[in-house]
Amino acid sequence: MTDTLVGIAASPGLAAGPAVRHDGAADEAVPAAESVAEASQRVRDDLAARASRASSPEGRAILEALVQFAADPELVGGAEAMVDGGTPPVDAVRTVAARFAEKLQSLGGYFAERAPDVVDIGERMVAALEGRAVAELPRPGYAHVLVARDLAPADTATLDVTEVLAIVTEQGGPTSHTAILARGLGIPAVVAVRGARDSTDGQELIVDGDLGEVHIAPDAALTTALRERENRRRSRARTVTGPGRTKDGEAVKLLVNVGTLSDASAAAEADSEGIGLFRTEFLFLARQDEPSVDEQVEAYSHVFTRFVGRRIVVRTLDGGSDKPLPFLGLGDEENPALGVRGLRTAVGRPEVLERQLVALASAAARTGGQPWVMAPMVSTVAEAKWFAAQTRAAGLPTVGIMVEVPAAALRSRQLLAEVDFASLGTNDLAQYALAADRQQGELGSLLDPWQPAVLDLVATACAGAAQIGRPIGVCGEAAADPALAAVLVGLGVRSLSMAPVAVADVRALLADVDLSTCQRAAKAVAEAPSAADARQSVWATLQA
Amino acid sequence: MAQREVVVASSVGLHARPATLFTQAAAGTGVPVTIAKGSDEPVNAASILAVLGLGVSHGETVVLRAEGDGADLALDSLVELLSQDLDADEGSS
Repeated sequence: MTDTLVGIAASPGLAAGPAVRHDGAADEAVPAAESVAEASQRVRDDLAARASRASSPEGRAILEALVQFAADPELVGGAEAMVDGGTPPVDAVRTVAARFAEKLQSLGGYFAERAPDVVDIGERMVAALEGRAVAELPRPGYAHVLVARDLAPADTATLDVTEVLAIVTEQGGPTSHTAILARGLGIPAVVAVRGARDSTDGQELIVDGDLGEVHIAPDAALTTALRERENRRRSRARTVTGPGRTKDGEAVKLLVNVGTLSDASAAAEADSEGIGLFRTEFLFLARQDEPSVDEQVEAYSHVFTRFVGRRIVVRTLDGGSDKPLPFLGLGDEENPALGVRGLRTAVGRPEVLERQLVALASAAARTGGQPWVMAPMVSTVAEAKWFAAQTRAAGLPTVGIMVEVPAAALRSRQLLAEVDFASLGTNDLAQYALAADRQQGELGSLLDPWQPAVLDLVATACAGAAQIGRPIGVCGEAAADPALAAVLVGLGVRSLSMAPVAVADVRALLADVDLSTCQRAAKAVAEAPSAADARQSVWATLQA
Repeated sequence: MAQREVVVASSVGLHARPATLFTQAAAGTGVPVTIAKGSDEPVNAASILAVLGLGVSHGETVVLRAEGDGADLALDSLVELLSQDLDADEGSS
């Protein structure tokens, strides 16, 4: 009898191999560092040594940046000053590191992405002060499943993809650091698996990143069944190419998400039918002043040129909340996720949006690309109508809205009557439907796109769109999960936008199922009492 | 007290590689240098965390200050650094 642990599916795919546990600093005792300065030196030496052995140039760069953080004169000096004032060294380091991390977090965007690194450095210095050695990732010399409490940013930089078959962690959620890393590397991962290290120690495992399950010492029947599923997927992923369609020929456009100019260049080479989400924020973040129309035209043209003849869906500036932009003139907010963000920022200051629309129209005229232009965070008919008028007046005929607020999902028919298309943003839809902050790691399971309530809202939005014949797509984590993609198609979605790395698996699974099977999968979700049950019954339906 | 105002030319602002290069250069001058944005409190220009914490964007003006021997020379070299697009190899695609 096989024991199975259940967590959250964080990166799709199946892998089998022996568990190798990573305990971080748990066991190995070393002499404690006697001062903050000594702790800093030890962390720097340790990270510099790892940098010299890093598995990739990117990994080395991440570690070298961390060395600089560990050496920071204000971090070390600030903690020493507190120690002189009577604070215990461990508390002093944690306090100063937390202060810098909060500061970076509050700046948003690229700056906020560095906040976890500062916390990691602080914890490494604390380990040195407490006499714990921070263990390196295990390198057993054979292919294995890495089982850890959680992975720190510095760990991920040294992960050896030739040895790590899959990742299982006890903490984290679907949008955690580990999950994002695993998806980027194409390694299956299951996170939030309680007690994973102790229960799997020394065992053979099968990690099911599709269902979020970890099978311990699987019996022959299960191993064979799962291996067949994986083999079929792999051979399909290799052989099925071109436009997405179900087995019985229902077309489902497979598109990619693009967030930077270099993303666009890489995505243009991928086997996709275009861009389903062009996030334009990269032009605006970390700037004091709005980019000029000319600068915007250059950037949009760079992207459009590469996708002439293919679908190009552009999202207008999505500022506010976790992406504060000084030139929008927004004040501080107690609840930024519920505040002035997305299209709402344009109500008070429409000029920024107007100039962006002018730039998009001009880039379209210059390149021959035909952008579909949609607004983020639309909640009401009036907003949809206003945006459509602005956009069409700028000479951009195809207008859409993001459906990421439950209000828009519930009344999609009325909102879509004003525009030409809609795209579901499942990450924000989950945040608002379950009242769970996306930045709050402990709430990871509530943010699971398989939550039946989220999929009920998707179903309602699709039904409304169908009533008036408007196309509706999905651009969120949900679209990149092959089984969930089948559910979305069953609900009426006919375009899916995802990271380029995910396209082949989604295409392969869809090519293997009929539309009626997708519709049965969608029905199974509607009946499921939980996200985990929804996954189970959908996989059972897809394999039947 | 020597003082210079300079507009940050890097397209990502003082972040990532430009911030690293700047703080290393500031530490390398051997003179204590501070950097300030607007009316904010000046911070240690040799501290990567403090410099990142200013949240300096492209096109923003910062004020550098230093005292003592070599202060003018140090500030001139840092002004020159900030006037270049330090991440040009990433941003020019």
